[in-house]
Amino acid sequence: MTTVLYAVLVLGVLGLVFGGGLAVASKVFEVKKDPRVEEIRATLPGANCGGCGFAGCDACATAIATGKAPVNACPVCSGEQTTHIAAIMGVEVEATERRVAFVKCAGGNRSNKKYEYIGIEDCVGAMKIAGNGPLECAYGCLGFGSCVKACAFGALSINQYGVAEVDREKCTLCRKCMAACPRHLIIEVPYAADVMMRCSSKDKGAVSKKNCAVSCIGCKLCEKNCPSDAIHVVDSVAVIDYTKCTSCGTCVTKCPRKVLVNIHDDGKVAPVVNA
Amino acid sequence: MDWQTLLSIALGAILVNNFILVQFLGICPFMGVSKKMDTAVGMGFAVIFVMGLASALCYPVNLLLVKLDMEFMQTVTFILVIAALVQFVEMFLQKTIPSLYEALGVYLPLITTNCAVLGVVLLNVQNDYNFIESVVYGLTGGVGFLLAIVLFASIRERLAFNAETPKCFEGFPIALITAGLMALAFSGFSGLQVF
Repeated sequence: MTTVLYAVLVLGVLGLVFGGGLAVASKVFEVKKDPRVEEIRATLPGANCGGCGFAGCDACATAIATGKAPVNACPVCSGEQTTHIAAIMGVEVEATERRVAFVKCAGGNRSNKKYEYIGIEDCVGAMKIAGNGPLECAYGCLGFGSCVKACAFGALSINQYGVAEVDREKCTLCRKCMAACPRHLIIEVPYAADVMMRCSSKDKGAVSKKNCAVSCIGCKLCEKNCPSDAIHVVDSVAVIDYTKCTSCGTCVTKCPRKVLVNIHDDGKVAPVVNA
Repeated sequence: MDWQTLLSIALGAILVNNFILVQFLGICPFMGVSKKMDTAVGMGFAVIFVMGLASALCYPVNLLLVKLDMEFMQTVTFILVIAALVQFVEMFLQKTIPSLYEALGVYLPLITTNCAVLGVVLLNVQNDYNFIESVVYGLTGGVGFLLAIVLFASIRERLAFNAETPKCFEGFPIALITAGLMALAFSGFSGLQVF
């Protein structure tokens, strides 16, 4: 009986000592955590997409709370969430314009082919083949969907012309697709903008025309007719300056190749000309 | 006690009686956190740290138990001591050396349930080691753990990337076979004697 008593005593006393010690230690070695980190973390989407440049949402929340990152560091957060984070941090947030990704190509399988590619369904893989992939156009979307696989939000798909298409409602501008595209065809555009340039071909006009049914030939009709000096032909391809563009649509009507499109009109996809 | 004894204890703990590959203690973290090299190294150092400390702390506790004639209480008491120790070390590190705390991360609390740590203190008692011998056995036992888990992790990394593993063996099965072959290789040390 005494043995049992001793056993209980020894273990009980040891437990008490350790418990008490740990309780004291937890006070002595207490590390104060910023409660704002938790709050911000709860507001962030939690997808750990890495679009902010930090290693996941936890790191981003810590960076915001310590002031190392702006309150709108998360590209995925909507205006409401950003405002909430700003409220936690006690600062005003400037209204940021929503931007989305956009694939600068309309050609895809409307571009002429050098050869039939049968292999791994991956753009980078196809690019490794002699001749930089099966398309005649060196700037065209290969349509094997490397960007589709990269998108964590299901915002990308391949359309009927074999070109990647961004779902503007789902796009959060995490920029994963931009990094995934071996031809760097995906750019960011303002969500509110109407006019889109759907070609990236830097080839000379004649070459572009021969390569693809829907290609910019650098004719400069858009540049000459733009009332607000918002579109310029650089390296044989028209580039829209969205800080000046008023979405008047003049260039869309003037473009002989129909690669300048109004994204809210019928075709997000440029119609076929000379097909 | 002399250097020869300590050296033979150390070599014994690292190679001849390696905790994982010969005594089969601490298999759980050995399989669990050996998928990547850097996590394996982190776990290894955390184990060295805790095994050394646990050996040192359990030595006086054991003296107390022997004095009270209650050796049968060793296992349960040691578990209590180790759990409290790990908790305390975690708090202490978080406050004083945050960088080390970050580096060890989740592995520190994981070690509480590592049977290699309990194993080392029980073996200390079984082998009648004195205080210094116990600490050396604990530390070098941890080094043996580190050695085994680092070797194993590097093999697993290679297996994952460039081996033609049959489909049915992919992942855990091939890891178990690898571990078995490693244990077999380590049994080659069993004849080793110091001086």
